[in-house]
Amino acid sequence: MPILEFEKPIVNLKEKIKELKSFTENSDIDLRDEINNLEERLAKLEEDIYGNLKPWNRVQMARHPERPTTLDYVDRLFEDFIEFHGDRLFGEDEAIVSGIAYYKKQPVTVIGHQRGKDTKENIKRNFGMPHPEGYRKALRHMKQAEKFNRPIITFIDTKGAYPGKAAEERGQSEAIAKNLMEMAGLTVPIVCIVIGEGGSGGALGIGVGNHVHMLENATYSVISPEGAASILWKDAGEAQRAAETMQITAPDLKKLGVIDEMIPEPKGGAHRDIDTQAGLIDQVLEKSLNELKALSPEDIVEERWQKYKKIGSFQTI
Amino acid sequence: MPLKDFFGKRKKYASIPSEKAKVDVPEGLMQKCDNCKQIYYRKEIVKSLYVCPNCGYHHPMTAWTRIESLFDEGTFTEWDAGLTSANPLDFPDYETKIKKDRQKTGLNEGIVTGTGAIEGNQVAFAVMDSNFRMGSMGSAIGEKIARAIENAREESIPFIIFTASGGARMQEGLLSLMQMAKTSFAVKRFRDSGNLMISVMTHPTTGGVSASFASIGDYNFAEPGALIGFAGRRIIEQTIREKLPNDFQTAEFQLEHGQVDKVIHRHDMKTTLGKLLCMHTDGR
Repeated sequence: MPILEFEKPIVNLKEKIKELKSFTENSDIDLRDEINNLEERLAKLEEDIYGNLKPWNRVQMARHPERPTTLDYVDRLFEDFIEFHGDRLFGEDEAIVSGIAYYKKQPVTVIGHQRGKDTKENIKRNFGMPHPEGYRKALRHMKQAEKFNRPIITFIDTKGAYPGKAAEERGQSEAIAKNLMEMAGLTVPIVCIVIGEGGSGGALGIGVGNHVHMLENATYSVISPEGAASILWKDAGEAQRAAETMQITAPDLKKLGVIDEMIPEPKGGAHRDIDTQAGLIDQVLEKSLNELKALSPEDIVEERWQKYKKIGSFQTI
Repeated sequence: MPLKDFFGKRKKYASIPSEKAKVDVPEGLMQKCDNCKQIYYRKEIVKSLYVCPNCGYHHPMTAWTRIESLFDEGTFTEWDAGLTSANPLDFPDYETKIKKDRQKTGLNEGIVTGTGAIEGNQVAFAVMDSNFRMGSMGSAIGEKIARAIENAREESIPFIIFTASGGARMQEGLLSLMQMAKTSFAVKRFRDSGNLMISVMTHPTTGGVSASFASIGDYNFAEPGALIGFAGRRIIEQTIREKLPNDFQTAEFQLEHGQVDKVIHRHDMKTTLGKLLCMHTDGR
């Protein structure tokens, strides 16, 4: 597993403990006190490092090559997932997966950006960056969810909508805009969970929900830190500074009132224990769906409108 | 020498000024076309609504010039004139930049909203001004658009928006992204109530604005030559590692790809909108 720079002290200490342990097993010298000492130090170090992650560290976590993807959570949270394909207009876009499944015996529609974890899969999935047909497929399934009265759960995990020639020719803007407009009016509950990178309009294209939650080390931003840095300071190298200034982490966005819940991650990030992470998502998701189940179709739309209507910060002079 | 060559040469000689002269166009009196570099009396280009008489290039218009060009005289009333940006992220220099653009443009934000009559049809209206922070959309712009649309819904009158924007306003972070959702939500409520929405995309309409309210009118129009698209040309060229054609993401390109209903020349804008508005009120 690739080690992030800021985690190195922890990994080094862990290795040292392992070494000492295997040494004691094969010799008569008793190093238990020493090991206990180091384990205490490890606990403190983990607390220090993982408990005080800087925005840039979270960006690195969100981009970790082994960070769990939509399908990792689909496997663990739902039963009988059946994936459906195609937008019926142009083609199939594997950067978005979409289908129906059971969530605690209730049929639901599940939609999410899908990255790959290796080069081959990433090429197939276009690095999780959808074309218009991905958004149109998602919308087709959301409309279906409305027709059959199924709640919609979306997983957000994309660097952004694909900035390509074909995507422009086929109306990337219109595809996203239409999703925003149509999601606004859907009469079934929509719960969105940002699990990795939430990249701008490409993320929002499946992200207009009654509840929007976010994993502790996920990011959600209007432009990538590199992009912001190169525009603001003409230097992509200032990305760390941009990550701090732009307030793109879950704790920041909770404060800004853009997300509803921050879902904690296991120590060291979601990729270290996917089962535990799925369990933590499960708790928040179940609570959300239970709350929304109580609302009438009209109230579901009204609740969503009230949420978005008040997002923003301005003044009158 | 044939007569026509004689005239051709003379024209060429007269219209290409020296490098020094190009920089020395007196402010106020003369103006140079951004596209063909032809120099005109300012009066002349103002009269032609900032469309170059030589090449037809549509220069950006300020919000108020646009309003003057469209509304029946004395009918326009502004809404929420004092609504402006805050600095929710404490972004360095943001307030200074806003202040500077306020002085430069005389606007409090990069948009003017209000109501008035176009060829006798009462409408709710919003026009973005790219001179103010490149027309980028922050919370104040999102709020003004949402309010204008809600007013239109309550009064049951058509809503027309002229867009001009580089996209989301970075200095407001995710709050600016969320304005895409908020404005699109307002459009949904408005369109569902049976009212007419017209979007006219002017140069430039890109990023978060093109991917929200600009693209979801009942009718989406564009001005000739306007840059309209989601991602920036440079980013796309870097991603696909090829050079894009010159006309990529122009209004005409979008027309060809089925993304706009019609490209409308500025000189025909008022009459076309007027006619369209009548067609939606007659017989209702």
